[in-house]
Amino acid sequence: MNNTKNTEAERLNFMEKLYLPEIAKGLGLTMKYMFKPKFTRQYPEERFEPTGSYRGRPVLVDTTGGERCVACGLCSRVCPALAIEVQASETEREKERYPVKFEINMLRCIFCGFCEEVCPEEAIVMSKEYDIVFTSQEEAILGKEDLLVPEEQLQDRLEYLAEYK
Amino acid sequence: MEQNFVYELIGNNWIGILIICTLPLLFVLPFAIVAILGEMKIASFIQERLGPMRTGPWGILQPFAEILKLLQKEDITPAAADKTLFNMAPFLMFIGAYAAFAVIPFSSVFIPSGINVGLFFIFAVGSFAILGIVMGGWASNNKYSLLGAMRSVAQIISYEVPAGVALLTIAALAGTLDMQELIHAQSGWFWNWFLFGGAGSWMQVLVMPFTVALFLIYLTAALAETNRTPFDIPEGESEIVAGYHTEYSGMKFAMFFMSEYANMFVVSALIAILFFGGWNSPFGDFLNGPLWQSFWFISKSMFFVFFQIWLRWTLPRLRVDQLMYVGWKVLLPMSFVCFLVISFWSMLR
Repeated sequence: MNNTKNTEAERLNFMEKLYLPEIAKGLGLTMKYMFKPKFTRQYPEERFEPTGSYRGRPVLVDTTGGERCVACGLCSRVCPALAIEVQASETEREKERYPVKFEINMLRCIFCGFCEEVCPEEAIVMSKEYDIVFTSQEEAILGKEDLLVPEEQLQDRLEYLAEYK
Repeated sequence: MEQNFVYELIGNNWIGILIICTLPLLFVLPFAIVAILGEMKIASFIQERLGPMRTGPWGILQPFAEILKLLQKEDITPAAADKTLFNMAPFLMFIGAYAAFAVIPFSSVFIPSGINVGLFFIFAVGSFAILGIVMGGWASNNKYSLLGAMRSVAQIISYEVPAGVALLTIAALAGTLDMQELIHAQSGWFWNWFLFGGAGSWMQVLVMPFTVALFLIYLTAALAETNRTPFDIPEGESEIVAGYHTEYSGMKFAMFFMSEYANMFVVSALIAILFFGGWNSPFGDFLNGPLWQSFWFISKSMFFVFFQIWLRWTLPRLRVDQLMYVGWKVLLPMSFVCFLVISFWSMLR
């Protein structure tokens, strides 16, 4: 029996040894909780709205002049899960390099945000999307057309990056 | 005194008897549904959750969904099980729970069987539940089932002693074992309830500490007998999977489940009858007609059903040695002291 080493303050006093007052206290506590506002969020109707600091699905920023990406391949290289594949090509435009193929395998992505951190052009950012659903493995590989998101929708994240990155 | 309105309406023939046999069943089935929903909702409310919300408004149809699920499930009998005993156990347990309803008076004009040893009868058939548990645990041929059954036997046998002494003391105080007479002895305002020492002069206050102690003893023992938390060690999930009903599925599991809820109601009703005046209105003759009486009786019993659920989500499970300690070293001596004092009181009165 190790409990003989307890200090005087740690030992139960007479009222505590009776247990009944303590049980009554416990019942009072649970009764109080019964009337508290509930924590549950009714998901499809009430959605969680993340702030700019949230790391959701990685997307490519789509500005008026096309994507910002210059296909440097840094994101693909830094990606710890090897989820990103980039193939570069050239155009006649001022910013002549662009990705002819940009794929993110969402089954591999671990939402670490390294791609966003390493990107010199702020072209790939983490969005707020968190309910990502696929019905097949092929569908989970997102091409450029799936990844491009207009700049206006990503304002929160871009502001967050401007402040903290 | 006429004890049964059904006999008055139809006469004492086989149709009347059949109706009387089915009436408690018509109560038990909706009660089980309400209790299942109550269990889920109270559990979630105490844990700051909402509980089932999708089936019907506020999830009130959830118990029906649960029952439908249980009905559709495959009825598995393990290959190594003793088939006869295995299939019999849940029904035996339900018979025990249902038989107790024979002497539960829902109102002054309705008691299925007005025998003069009602209290003794309810205590006797209450032990049926343990037969079902042992049978199920043994026939499952599963070590966890057997362990659960063994624990259950140890627990119920230990706690039947203080529960029995508590019932005996109330019988001594009332001088009867007849359920209706027990309740008639508590008629009038709520201070005539046995919890407050029973009807009589102000001198009854002297025995009040003992009757309150008896109430607590019986409440604890009743919790143990229905295998509810904090005494649910026969089905302690973290230790022995699900105890005696580990191998049961589908309808047979539902029978175990329903008999547990029926038992819950029986002990709650017994608490209401013994200590809280049964079907008596708490306010003398106010709202004390036969229908109101069943309202009072069911609300009193439902309060104790609620109390059991409430307690379940408040207290942790006892250890086996603590269980035995509480049963034999605390409740039993206390119940004997109460029995002695109240018997002397009844003799001298």
